[in-house]
Amino acid sequence: MSDPRSRLGVPRWILLPALLGAGFVLLPLVAIVARTPWGRFGELLTSQASQDALWLSLRTATASTLLCLVLGVPMALVLARSSYRLLGVVRSLVLLPLVLPPVVGGIALLYTFGRRGLLGQTMEVLGIQVAFSTAAVVLAQTFVALPFLVVSLEGALRTAGERYEAVAATLGARPTTVLRRVTLPLVLPGLVSGTVLAFARALGEFGATITFAGSLQGRTRTLPLEIYLRRETDAEGAVALSLVLVVVAVLVIGVAGQRRSAL
Amino acid sequence: MSLELTASVGDRGVDVALEVADGETLAVLGPNGAGKSTLLDVVAGLLRPDRGRVVLDGRALTDVGDGRDVMVPAYERSVGLLAQDPLLFPHLDVRGNVTFGPRSRRTPRREARAVADRWLGDLELTDLADRRPAQLSGGQRQRVALARALAADPRVLLLDEPMAALDVAVRPALRQTLRHVLADRTAVVVTHDVLDALLLADRVVVVEGGVVVERGPTTEVLTQPRSGFAAEIAGLNLVSGAWRDDALETEEGLRIVGEPAEAAPAPGEAAVAVFPPSAVSVFLTAPGGSPRNAVDVTITSVEPQAGHLRVRGGGLSADVTPRSVAELGLAPGVRAVFVVKATEVTVYPRS
Repeated sequence: MSDPRSRLGVPRWILLPALLGAGFVLLPLVAIVARTPWGRFGELLTSQASQDALWLSLRTATASTLLCLVLGVPMALVLARSSYRLLGVVRSLVLLPLVLPPVVGGIALLYTFGRRGLLGQTMEVLGIQVAFSTAAVVLAQTFVALPFLVVSLEGALRTAGERYEAVAATLGARPTTVLRRVTLPLVLPGLVSGTVLAFARALGEFGATITFAGSLQGRTRTLPLEIYLRRETDAEGAVALSLVLVVVAVLVIGVAGQRRSAL
Repeated sequence: MSLELTASVGDRGVDVALEVADGETLAVLGPNGAGKSTLLDVVAGLLRPDRGRVVLDGRALTDVGDGRDVMVPAYERSVGLLAQDPLLFPHLDVRGNVTFGPRSRRTPRREARAVADRWLGDLELTDLADRRPAQLSGGQRQRVALARALAADPRVLLLDEPMAALDVAVRPALRQTLRHVLADRTAVVVTHDVLDALLLADRVVVVEGGVVVERGPTTEVLTQPRSGFAAEIAGLNLVSGAWRDDALETEEGLRIVGEPAEAAPAPGEAAVAVFPPSAVSVFLTAPGGSPRNAVDVTITSVEPQAGHLRVRGGGLSADVTPRSVAELGLAPGVRAVFVVKATEVTVYPRS
């Protein structure tokens, strides 16, 4: 900072709280690594309960990420490209799960898809029971992860603008061709980072899952639930599993960060 | 009548009518914000006017207002658009960009590629076919954008300040290419560069504040501008003739010595000498000696312009100070000599 050529337009004293903040975020991660029982690490991760949770988490997070793509890409396109007057309100409502406490989301899902829920009876007639099943985990994760994908893709679409699409149209490309050959390739970095963020959010989902799907080993007990429950009986196991999620989170930031700088 | 346009777009304050004959190139001149690009968007089908009609070869592409509601989508119009920004698809290479049009119209892959390669060859881009847009210079990108627009085989080509974003150094080459491409094509060029209008267009309309304030054959509008904008940017002296013995010779036998711009005209080829009124000095008798062009004229008008007086005579204009006007006694009917240095005169081929 004493470099006279430095163009950093920040008063020096700002550094102190900034460093404190960084420490506040990083120190707990160091604590996890420090407390990880490296000697029993492999054994803890390969226990039946751990494996069930890990495998379930991967499957459900993948399924809900796919669901987010199927629903979220069209949502982002509509939000970014139409000029409907009430769209602002619609956007705020649709993105509500972003700020809603997940446990509230879980309650809301329960009263929608649960046996006595809004759609519960219809679904029961059809022979579908969602609550407290693996499908409920996927729904809960999708509910909280969807806005992440929509927000980041909508941002990318707005940044890309409509000029390339206009040119493509004058070249004779129909709307579906424009979407496939111009719009989506242009926003690919945004789409990838949005997908990665949604996957990470789904993988870490806790509140909505435990409320709406419960905690049945192998069926609805995902990794975060397993960590929470294990903490009371087997603290070392909880730490080892936590480290797995920390590593995944670091990888996600790496991928998303790289994509962002590529933009 | 090939292309007819009437359009009024309320929130952009545009209310314009114009027509372009088959094979004709029309230049739309005007200051920034005059609504020139809005017109192109209406023709291309990217903007729906509040009321207006776009008719191409007798087919209504846009017809809205008074209960009519025809709006053929952009992709069914065969109207090509070349903007100031080339807007090449960054994820496709040059050949991929140029094949985009034919492929979008479901032309078989091999045929689309043949069309693209033909245009790449025509515009001398074959060597760049495998490059990405990011690896090209500004001038190359605009050429590729032109090839891409042409490969889609448009009925009408719209050009929106195609050279405004380019280095001055690369403009002449692209202008030559456009001259060749637009020669017998129906096209509308939006520009605020007089040279574009002069070298590319058969006719000019001047748009100011959203309305057409002047229209006519290019030479007429540029030499005798009536609207404020045209007078400001144009008011150029244009002398038409043929290129003989390194000078421009008019039908009356007047010889104008100048410097050929871009490619020199071939001997006998039609050409036009261009010089600004500010380069013209006025004398009562021809000064001897120096390598200058001297034209005997009878003064027809003396009008005030910003900061000087514009003296006209013999179809030419000269800008002189009020003091010289007074000293020389310049007034309509007075015989004088307009003198311009050869280095101030640029000669363009005009075939």
